Amino acid sequence: MFSTSLTLSDVVFLAQGAGMTILVTALSVATGTVLGVIFGVLRLQLGTILAMPLVFFLDIFRSIPLLIQLVLANAFVGMVLQLETSGFTIACIVLSLYTASYCAEIVRGGIQAVPSTTRRAARSLGMTWFQDMRYIVAPLATRIALPSWIGLALGVMKDSALVYVVQVTELLKSTQILITRLQEPLFLLLVCGAFYFLISFPLARFGGYLEKRWSK
Amino acid sequence: MFDYTFQWSQAMARLPQMLDGAATTMEVAILSMLIGIVLAIVLTVLRRSPVAPLRAIARTWVEIARNTPALFQIYMAHFGIASFGIHLSPFTSLLIGITFNNAGYLAENFRGALKAIPDTQIRAGRSLGMSEMQAFRHIVLPQMLRVAFLPMTNQMVWAVLMTSLGVTVGMNSDLYGVTQDLNALTFRTFELFAIAGVIFYLITKLITLGARLLAARLFRY
Repeated sequence: MFSTSLTLSDVVFLAQGAGMTILVTALSVATGTVLGVIFGVLRLQLGTILAMPLVFFLDIFRSIPLLIQLVLANAFVGMVLQLETSGFTIACIVLSLYTASYCAEIVRGGIQAVPSTTRRAARSLGMTWFQDMRYIVAPLATRIALPSWIGLALGVMKDSALVYVVQVTELLKSTQILITRLQEPLFLLLVCGAFYFLISFPLARFGGYLEKRWSK
Repeated sequence: MFDYTFQWSQAMARLPQMLDGAATTMEVAILSMLIGIVLAIVLTVLRRSPVAPLRAIARTWVEIARNTPALFQIYMAHFGIASFGIHLSPFTSLLIGITFNNAGYLAENFRGALKAIPDTQIRAGRSLGMSEMQAFRHIVLPQMLRVAFLPMTNQMVWAVLMTSLGVTVGMNSDLYGVTQDLNALTFRTFELFAIAGVIFYLITKLITLGARLLAARLFRY
């Protein structure tokens, strides 16, 4: 018979961890998306040569393990700048930039998928650059970018498991704390994995559905 | 405010140790990628199998690999398996975790790539007298790997970045693990991890460059 020494307060503890995971993800994805749209548009507007520093900057976030990004940001703020910040702030800043670097690519792909003839037509009708962006490009590009963006948001949720390294107790970390105490690794890990899966799977399926429907 | 003195020379003196770590990182990444590709091909075949339970197994694998954190998968490969009384070394656990993840993502890439191969080609092969196995091996597989080459390159980069998670199961011979041990020894956190970051950056650039050269050589026609 299955038995566990998991108490109600432990479940609350896990729920708090899950809440932290969702909070960090929501904040980072929101900030990262705004930044990503700005970077993505900027990248296209600046032209190949002028955009190079931006491309290099964004590329760094995609080429270095998130764990190292977090440790470096933490060491830089804490030891070099000697500022008093919470790990939560650092986790959100790093994850936002991490999101932005991927989001910029998605935004760029979305904008480039809008046929240039459509945009030229808009401009010849007397629309300003901003109007063209707002009424022509944005609706069309969003359709193309949304499925990838959902994938990115879910990716950030899964990667937020690494913020334990800056002392943020999110779901996986709280699971690990409980494992150390209760010595029931398999059961606790399955609970934790189920939580991620139940959030990620339906949304991933929804993204796949949108992609299929809009590609017709 | 800026009274921190960078001591790069102290950290640079540890470079040889870190490069040894980078070699281990590459070893794990390459192994996990090779086994991952083989497993992903098996999963792709299973997902098209007429036997429902086989399809279900392959689907479950892919969905779990894609919908849970890689760190969770590595924990499972270490602490999860350990609760069955099997105690694996950190190296093996890390390798299993990353390979599981790679296989899941690659299987999904392969499935997408398969859509680019018309059914008529398989039928043409079959009517030329090829067995089902032969048609898959000689017609589908080469094209599938070709279409999925770019996603495979990305997955390789991911595999390298994922090796840094090994430290959570006690791995201390990979680049991240070595850096963390050196940090405990010298407390030059920023300098050491900055160097590790640069090494990781160079590795990923080398992989992308190598893949591009390989693609130019392989896909000339």
